[in-house]
Amino acid sequence: MPRFWRRNRHWMTPALLLLPGLVLFGLVILAASFETVWISLHDWDGIGAKTWVGLANYVELAEDPQFYVSLKNNIIWLLIFMLAPPIGLGFALIVNQKIRGMRILKSLFFVPLVLATVTVGVVFGWVYDPNYGLLQLIYGLFGGTTPALLSDENFATFAVAAAGLWPQIAFCMVLFLAGLNNLDEDLIGAGRVDGARGWRMLRHVVLPQLSQVGFIAIAVTVIGALRSFDMVAVMTTGGPYGSSTVLAYQMYEESIFSYRFGYGAAIATVLFVIMIAFIAWYLRGLLRAERSNA
Amino acid sequence: MYPRPIPEDAKIQRVLYVGGVTLVVALWLLPLIAVMLTSIRSNEELMAGNYWGWPQKFSLVENYTAVFQQTAMLRFFLNSLLITIPSVIGVLILSTLTGFVLSRYPFRGSNLIFALFVGGNFLPAQIMMIPVRDLMVRLGLYDTIYALIVFHIAFQTGFATLFMRNFIAALPGELFQAARAEGASPAQVLRHVVVPLVRPALAALAILTFTFIWNDYFWAIVLTQSDAVKPVTAGLNNLRGEWTSAWNIVSAATIFVALPPVVMFFLMQKHFISGLTMGAVKG
Repeated sequence: MPRFWRRNRHWMTPALLLLPGLVLFGLVILAASFETVWISLHDWDGIGAKTWVGLANYVELAEDPQFYVSLKNNIIWLLIFMLAPPIGLGFALIVNQKIRGMRILKSLFFVPLVLATVTVGVVFGWVYDPNYGLLQLIYGLFGGTTPALLSDENFATFAVAAAGLWPQIAFCMVLFLAGLNNLDEDLIGAGRVDGARGWRMLRHVVLPQLSQVGFIAIAVTVIGALRSFDMVAVMTTGGPYGSSTVLAYQMYEESIFSYRFGYGAAIATVLFVIMIAFIAWYLRGLLRAERSNA
Repeated sequence: MYPRPIPEDAKIQRVLYVGGVTLVVALWLLPLIAVMLTSIRSNEELMAGNYWGWPQKFSLVENYTAVFQQTAMLRFFLNSLLITIPSVIGVLILSTLTGFVLSRYPFRGSNLIFALFVGGNFLPAQIMMIPVRDLMVRLGLYDTIYALIVFHIAFQTGFATLFMRNFIAALPGELFQAARAEGASPAQVLRHVVVPLVRPALAALAILTFTFIWNDYFWAIVLTQSDAVKPVTAGLNNLRGEWTSAWNIVSAATIFVALPPVVMFFLMQKHFISGLTMGAVKG
């Protein structure tokens, strides 16, 4: 045994070191994800035996009006979230000055990013409170009354997504600040010599250099919008009348509340496929950026 | 630098600029400031409808004491610590190992394994929810803190492996060649070369994973049920349902939940930002 170990330890030690992390991740994360696809082909209440139903769950999904509501809301989330990269860039430009006191202001901008989404949900639930909320205070100044945004089916999704935008803007700001710190000083200097200023400088000299960071900001924002769950769960629980559900929340509801695990798994699989498409697009873009840099 | 720096000698301009940005920050954080203000108001004042005026009486101590004594928040807080700290330690250990092997011992398929770790990280939580919940039920871990600890370690190991692999791969190669030339075994290389050098990466990773795990809500409600094991995020949402009109108490509890990650962030800001940018940029 000792001889065997000595002869093979050059590869066995690394293998043993890799194993715990790999097994845990492979089993709990990867295998589970594939199992969901398998479960989506069954009828299952989560306790009893699974009954094979083939693609029936997907067929039902294609005819489920709630599914289209969720899908539409995910798209609304996506569109609203697309405001995060430009606003984040704006904030990054504002604070990118070396003045005393700027550092602490910068950190204060980041605060929403470290708050739990539940916290953000509670905070904005309060902002939207139709009687005493911050929004009512602002409306009141103009003599108006706030609509009860969260209990209005036309506004609920917009209100929740707008709240979700808060930490997302901070995230994009962090990314753009890192990008602004890596600008090529020579190019900026050359631009100044050529008389480029303000907007023109931003468009022709700065933005091209931020394209990679901007791409990342857009990608994490898209993924953030598709992942949205917490805010919906905390602020509206999908209501009123299921008008503000998103795919992630509908999946949770069908599984945990209605014990329709097979159907829930089918929704999860659809979400997964949409996500995969985005991730593939993202990785392709990253690789292309890396190649053009090299 | 862009935008053009405001010159050092333009004193008035600089003061005005900082003043302007302060105003923007105040507006930006207004929702949070409002909650902080509410958390020090008394019941009577809220009843009277004084939500926005200057508080006539500061009930900071009363409200926060009420959170500790009349709600289970302290229990939830403790649960969160019991879940988060072991998870972070577990992630740091496992990812140092995987990152070390994947960066320094290339073998056939090591790139594929790395890609799996990275890709798995982007998966939406819902895609693994049902099997993970089922697994925890079968293991008898459902509704215990261990279910959350095991899950968080497994999930965060994906991101952390990416992070550690890139960090260890960027360490100078001579160190490893020298250690190998002296006949050091992989275990010795790990102990005497890698571990002393990865401390800054571990600090960044620790603060990031702490925030991610502390702030988790989805898995908290999927894997736990009873108050005895629930973390603060799930606890806060329940509390809001029970104390519907007592906004001062709910606000105090909200601030209490937000405090640890915010404090950690201000203490280790540089690590947090560098970790987040590196994680996002590389992944």
